[in-house]
Amino acid sequence: MSTSTSTSLTAPTASRVAGTAVLLGLTLAPFLLGPYAVATLSRILVFALLALSVNLLTGLTGLPTLGQSAYFGVGAYTAAVVAKNLTDIGPLQLLIAAGVSALVAVPTGWLAVRARGVVFLMLTLAIGEIVYSAAVNWKPVTGGTDGISGVPPVVPLPGTPALELDGLVYFYVLAVFLLLLGAVTRLGSTPFVLALRGIRDNEPRMKAIGYPTRRYALTVYCGAAALAGAAGSLWVSVQRFVSPGDAGFEIAALALLAVVIGGTGSMWGACAAAALIWLTRDYLGNLEAVAGRGPLLLGLLFVIAVYTLPRGLAGVRLPHQPSRKRTA
Amino acid sequence: MAGWLDGNLVSVVDGIAFGLLLFTIAVGLSLVFGMMDVLNLAHGTLYLAGAYTAYALSDGTVPGLLLALAAGALVGALGGAALTLLTQPLARRGHLDQAVLTLGITFIVADLLAAAFGGEVLPTDPPASLRGTVDLLGHTYPVYRLVFIAVAAALALLVHLVFERSSLGALVRATVADRDMVRAQGVDIRKVLYGVFAFGAALAAVGGVLGAPILGPGPGVDESVLVLSLVVVVVGGLGSVRGALAGALLIGQVQTLGVALLPQYAPFLLFGTMLLVLVVRPHGLVPSAVRT
Repeated sequence: MSTSTSTSLTAPTASRVAGTAVLLGLTLAPFLLGPYAVATLSRILVFALLALSVNLLTGLTGLPTLGQSAYFGVGAYTAAVVAKNLTDIGPLQLLIAAGVSALVAVPTGWLAVRARGVVFLMLTLAIGEIVYSAAVNWKPVTGGTDGISGVPPVVPLPGTPALELDGLVYFYVLAVFLLLLGAVTRLGSTPFVLALRGIRDNEPRMKAIGYPTRRYALTVYCGAAALAGAAGSLWVSVQRFVSPGDAGFEIAALALLAVVIGGTGSMWGACAAAALIWLTRDYLGNLEAVAGRGPLLLGLLFVIAVYTLPRGLAGVRLPHQPSRKRTA
Repeated sequence: MAGWLDGNLVSVVDGIAFGLLLFTIAVGLSLVFGMMDVLNLAHGTLYLAGAYTAYALSDGTVPGLLLALAAGALVGALGGAALTLLTQPLARRGHLDQAVLTLGITFIVADLLAAAFGGEVLPTDPPASLRGTVDLLGHTYPVYRLVFIAVAAALALLVHLVFERSSLGALVRATVADRDMVRAQGVDIRKVLYGVFAFGAALAAVGGVLGAPILGPGPGVDESVLVLSLVVVVVGGLGSVRGALAGALLIGQVQTLGVALLPQYAPFLLFGTMLLVLVVRPHGLVPSAVRT
């Protein structure tokens, strides 16, 4: 853009410096941290991808969803089945998982995008719970509550050795994460994304201009499902195990909360909040002084965040926005 | 037909009891959402607080139960007032921020309650005089559930009369319809808001006291009660007392009769029903009709 003034020049520079620092930190992390911390970091990146997928729906389009765990779970189970029976090449598992999740999203999303607000929230919750029940009950494929274990280690590219070490798996996850993050941010100002923002801010007007808003909503719903499915596939590469809990309500709720705390609509805010939530739950919650009190810490985090960050983590940097439409 | 009804009578009556329990809990959620535009995800916590009150105070006598009811109602009303105070600053920020706040409160209170009462589900017995069984058209049936049905039906009738037939109820319904117009007529809206939130929360806690022998207090109960109430409220239609009753009775039957008739589909019935209702009637069963 040629309209940048001296004030708006400093902000991109600062964020570029911060971005480079974060990227450097993420790249060096496996050389500095222990195996458990590196595996936690891998899980955080996967969870951040799921939060990005929720953000496409909730932040960008204004559709609050509690059902992304469904597509995350479909992707994870698909990747586990593919890894055990078809191929151990990671990117292939990822593509198949994303494709199956998007396919599942076509009929379920068709039902969901007919509604808005709290009704949309409850429809997606129903979809999530039904997929969870299917994961528990469809034993021949999913293994029931036992889940699928013994997933072979992931092979990043054809001809390369399988990744056994946590640090190497981490680099595979980081590479895919950066690729997908780049793809999502590249969407940033395309006409498609601008139309989605229009739907969030004033759907009747978008309809009046002639946009088929429901078709747009369904398209982004399927895209978000594919992203969640890709995250599910990475989850299996990290854990080498999948169980119904990975498709459960808690995952969906935490992903939605991450997007709200991150500042609805901001991609990096969602990632940062995802990391914050995951660290609070899995890292701080396991420290000796507060062992087992993870929920208490998480609850305090939510209460403090909602009062101190009215526009989310992303709002700390953003200039004042005109009053935003309610998202639910 | 008579044979079918005889075979499933226990399930049907169980369904009525469960449905009325759900109504007692969910009507507050519906009113708070419809009236105050607050999405209160701490609603299951109010039930849990009531159920723990029943566990702590019930000593096997009827006066003990009455004491627990009074204490539960007080706990619920105070909880409702506190939640009003906490959610007021977020009133203009949309439902998602309220969801984050009230879910955070749920986590905190659940953790404190688990620390105080332990991690087990605590079986809570009804008073000794209500513990037996009676003969119900040839089936043995617990007395307490029948008493529960009577009490909860009376509560539902009371709520209906207050909201649909009294001037106080008219004020509340007017606030649901047009808050600014009520304010313009010189009514202190905040009193109405605090009153409705406290009343709805007290009902949920009373539901917890009465429901403890049916659905006992324990970790995770707050979440399942919250999800059930949300389903009831959305199926019935947000912000309507009759809608909450229709939704609660439907979901009560689905969870008992439906599960008894179609055990192989049991895990899918609740959300399958909700999906079906919302696809056919996105705004819930009521106001247009109670029948599906």
